[in-house]
Amino acid sequence: MPKMEEYSAAAGAAAIEELKVISARLRGKTILNVNSTAVGGGVAEILNRMLPMMTELGIKPRWELIKGGEDFYAVTKKFHNAIHGTRQELTPADFQLYRDTLKSNMATMNLDADIAMIHDPQPAGLIDKKPAGAKWVWRCHIDMSNRQDDVWEFLKGYVSRYDAAVISAPAFSQEMPVKQFQVPPSIDPLADKNKELSDEEVAAIMRRLDIPTDKPLITQVSRFDRLKDPLGVIAAFKLIQPYVTARLLLVGGSADDDPEGSEVLAEARAAAEGNSDIIVLCLPPTSNVEINAIQRASAIIIQKSLKEGFGLTVSEALWKGKPVIAGAVGGIPLQITHKYSGILTRTVEGTAYWMKRLLHEPAYAKRLGENGREHVRENFLLTRHLRDYLLIALYLESGRQDFIHL
Amino acid sequence: MTVKAREPFRFRSRVTLPEVTGRKAFTIAELLEGIKRADDAVIYYHTHRFIKQFHHLVPEGANDFAYWVTNTVQADRLGEELTSIDIVRYNSLSDIKDAFVGMIERHLAENPAPQRTVAPGREFHFMRAIRFSLPTACEAVDYPSFEDCLRDVSPSSLYLHVFEARLRPPYGVDDFSHWFRKEFGDEQVGREISRLDPYSYTLEGLRARIIRIIEKRLGEGANA
Repeated sequence: MPKMEEYSAAAGAAAIEELKVISARLRGKTILNVNSTAVGGGVAEILNRMLPMMTELGIKPRWELIKGGEDFYAVTKKFHNAIHGTRQELTPADFQLYRDTLKSNMATMNLDADIAMIHDPQPAGLIDKKPAGAKWVWRCHIDMSNRQDDVWEFLKGYVSRYDAAVISAPAFSQEMPVKQFQVPPSIDPLADKNKELSDEEVAAIMRRLDIPTDKPLITQVSRFDRLKDPLGVIAAFKLIQPYVTARLLLVGGSADDDPEGSEVLAEARAAAEGNSDIIVLCLPPTSNVEINAIQRASAIIIQKSLKEGFGLTVSEALWKGKPVIAGAVGGIPLQITHKYSGILTRTVEGTAYWMKRLLHEPAYAKRLGENGREHVRENFLLTRHLRDYLLIALYLESGRQDFIHL
Repeated sequence: MTVKAREPFRFRSRVTLPEVTGRKAFTIAELLEGIKRADDAVIYYHTHRFIKQFHHLVPEGANDFAYWVTNTVQADRLGEELTSIDIVRYNSLSDIKDAFVGMIERHLAENPAPQRTVAPGREFHFMRAIRFSLPTACEAVDYPSFEDCLRDVSPSSLYLHVFEARLRPPYGVDDFSHWFRKEFGDEQVGREISRLDPYSYTLEGLRARIIRIIEKRLGEGANA
């Protein structure tokens, strides 16, 4: 794992200094994280990176996993989907299974800590065993803006007893009697998919993937999913083809285990057929450095989502200093201020207009990319994410004042 | 220019934690109601934090209220008026709040027709900023060490000392000008720094500008 100082080049020396000052006030405190998985998924990815940094800062992080059978995870999957806005049928037996599983976890799990960060619905019920004097924070990574009432009412019974809740975007907030803080997710600037690459490394990877770079590349990186609108991207590109010299690249994961993904991939390939300037490429899920190189080799990055959670791929592209054209959905408007740090669109025609305009106005495109990179540096790097968690801990430990002088 | 200050200038930094209030506005009237109910932490978030968060942008925005009214509600005239509110010229957050309230009230009185309601998902969210003031390792005792510190401190620290400082006693005065006047009786540097405004520079541009002011003064001192 990278050391704290290694983040200095990306985040700035002042950001590292701030982390040291804040953490000095929390030195020796135990911060417990509880979630449902140690590998896979965004939460585990962040914790795997963040906890060693906490240790380096003199804090004692702990990480516990909630345990349950397949039936428990089937129920919590339903919770997740219902909170995310997809209608689910929950029975009284489902809710009881949740209570019983949490109860057996409480009997065995060590929950001793000064501060606890409980991630998502699965472990939310552990609040029943909160130690006296501890400060507990419910960290919800899910977009709750279209949540299903019965599941939310059930969870709210637990969440309302926390000291604070943390959500990723203001639109995800819910009425509840606890303070809610906004902590957006983050990207790791030192991870394979974001780390700096030399021009030679980028060129070598493009050669290996057999992607020609003789024309400016307009790229969308996302799985082949209707909500990412790959067909809309192709349609937009076809609208501008008579007027520009460029190539469109759609890159996504192979979709063997996802029937809908295979279908969308086939549709994208059909739409691209016979058009030598449209490339549809499938890469294995481990292709992080390859994606990094492709983004760096591109002139414009597209994320034409129709629905999105936070859409952190936008920050990944902005971090590479690229002008990004993205759908104005989910958390994307938090990452892009229209015409300042990127372009927000809502239609195929609007996307086409901005593709053409950015190709024809490279100086403006460059400025959008530069602004975007600085916006990510300030707001969407792992160091800011860690800082916000530490500030919440400090806020709760310091008597909940609006103004705290260290 | 080799005189040492009795009181060193201790650079501090500002970080904020965003709190979601859950209050929203879908119309200009609701925006007005929300601003009327807002405490200092809300006004700070949507004005000072806005500038600091977008300090690298060229051209730069003005404040959250103006941005939403202009780009989402598309009430161009009011948006332009709200953009013109120069928040660093006010001595308190409640004065800034009164300026926004007065301007929106006037707009609503002059435009009694039904207002535009924005679509769900494009509403204004009222936020609060929990403010933390942090020490830094930078401390200056004279002009050269002040210049060295200026090169090192974060944009946050610059913003705190040049603009946010005006909200606390002595009101309307930035920390840098105050220090140069108090410690060295230097009216010229004080005047030049106090004339800077956040709408004309990015914070990096501001840093470069203040360094130039100090360098020029050092040059004059050396030639005196």
